[in-house]
Amino acid sequence: MTDAHDALIDVLVVGAGPAGLAAARAAASHGAQVALVDLQARAGGQVWRPDVQRGIAPGLHRALAELERGVPVQWHLATQAFASAPGRLLIEQEQGLHELRYRSLVLATGARELLLPFPGWTLPGASGAGALQALVKQGWPIAGRRVLVAGSGPLLLAAAATLRAHGAQVLAICEQAPAASVRGFAVRLWRWPAKLAQAAALRTRLAGVPYRCGAWVRAAYGERKVSEVEIETARGLERIACDQLAVGYGLVPNLELARQLGCATVPHGRHAAVRVDARQATSVAGVYAAGEACGIGGIDCARIEGAIAGHHAAGFDDAARALYPRRQRARGFAALLPAHFTVRDEVRACATADTLVCRCEDVPLARLQGWADARAAKLATRCGMGSCQGRICGAALAELNAYPVSSDSAAGASLMRPPLFPTRLAELAQAGFSPADASASVASTSIASQGSTS
Amino acid sequence: MSAKLWLWVNQVAVDVPAGANVAAAVARAGAHFRRSCGGEPRAPLCGMGVCFECRVEIDGVAHRRACLVPAREGMRVRCDD
Repeated sequence: MTDAHDALIDVLVVGAGPAGLAAARAAASHGAQVALVDLQARAGGQVWRPDVQRGIAPGLHRALAELERGVPVQWHLATQAFASAPGRLLIEQEQGLHELRYRSLVLATGARELLLPFPGWTLPGASGAGALQALVKQGWPIAGRRVLVAGSGPLLLAAAATLRAHGAQVLAICEQAPAASVRGFAVRLWRWPAKLAQAAALRTRLAGVPYRCGAWVRAAYGERKVSEVEIETARGLERIACDQLAVGYGLVPNLELARQLGCATVPHGRHAAVRVDARQATSVAGVYAAGEACGIGGIDCARIEGAIAGHHAAGFDDAARALYPRRQRARGFAALLPAHFTVRDEVRACATADTLVCRCEDVPLARLQGWADARAAKLATRCGMGSCQGRICGAALAELNAYPVSSDSAAGASLMRPPLFPTRLAELAQAGFSPADASASVASTSIASQGSTS
Repeated sequence: MSAKLWLWVNQVAVDVPAGANVAAAVARAGAHFRRSCGGEPRAPLCGMGVCFECRVEIDGVAHRRACLVPAREGMRVRCDD
């Protein structure tokens, strides 16, 4: 195995977004030795991703300042969580593989965008909505470009506002949910004044941008890149010329690490989330989870759950319990999202027989039909066996209800074999890595709709 | 205006603002990122290291995710032809 010369970490936190930073701060406030691991080169997660023009978000600035006031934490940025077994996490950095040993683990792995297939979605110029926001924050050229933002949920507004601040011409925001549903969401926001203020601020920043409810992308067209988009509305089909298309249907929890550790999950819409108790403890001893991984709830949920998980993980239960009432309120907001932004069946029906569903192995929808389950389809077509390991097509197929959900994946008993991400064979050889080493707990093969390694 | 740095994308020099990632440099160079196994040009989909559509060769190392790697002065990036 790799060298494990580092001291035993009291609380290891995976994910340096709002949940992870709150967990690290809470644990460090008791004097615990804390380490933070994040895939990105800078802390902040998706919501606080630093912006080349506008710098660091005030929330991130405060979170980092609070962390600096406590016991120093060990940072591992630009670091891939690679494989895990109870008490150990194998990480991959530019220098190679390295093992961290911990007493308690906090999974603050966040969420990714739900991206659904439609004709033309593989064309360059078509991306997720949060995706384009993230890219633009890191210098993607957008000034003067015509962008159509579409999909579902409040994230569309935040993405559009960022694009506009960087000089994009946002042609419209197409929200697939009906107007009545969006209005219902808006009127319930009064219980969360901060959210209401945020929504109002976004509306001001987006003045003049049409917000079209009950409108969704049917297809994108273009020679080598997107040049035109077809949208469907109650009034029929419409074509819009654009340079960039940003479509996202909300978020789905990142569960790979939790699954590899054997943490039980609960259904979350057509997807799954990590099952936690009041202490944010998962079904695996010493492993906690917080934020989007436990179900999409937004930044307030993430911060409060992160803090609760951090206190408990460090063994300070009273400090954690004092925060429980605030969590309940934050999760109340979370419950509004699925109720008002449910993906409509017409959106799920956009992919045609020749639309590629698995972008890694170029597998069209037609080839994925007629199999008994996801495993059979995978073995026959290679769907989900490419570089993304089923992260994109797995969520899409779950949303499309392509296969009956097996009791295995529904119960969250499905496990994900190492490595969690593809790596170079040379690195594995150098580290003397063997799957049994990294994940002794993995007892069965893992072919859930969320995917596995090939 | 923030500081700029220069790097090479398919042997063409491009500049990006400090704090940008390699994906931004490839987009500014007007290059596509990779070709799929069916030969189609592809570009970033997820922007956060999940989809692997943006993978390129960086300083001789293949299959690196352009969206995750910060641009550095003098970096050499190669995309699929």
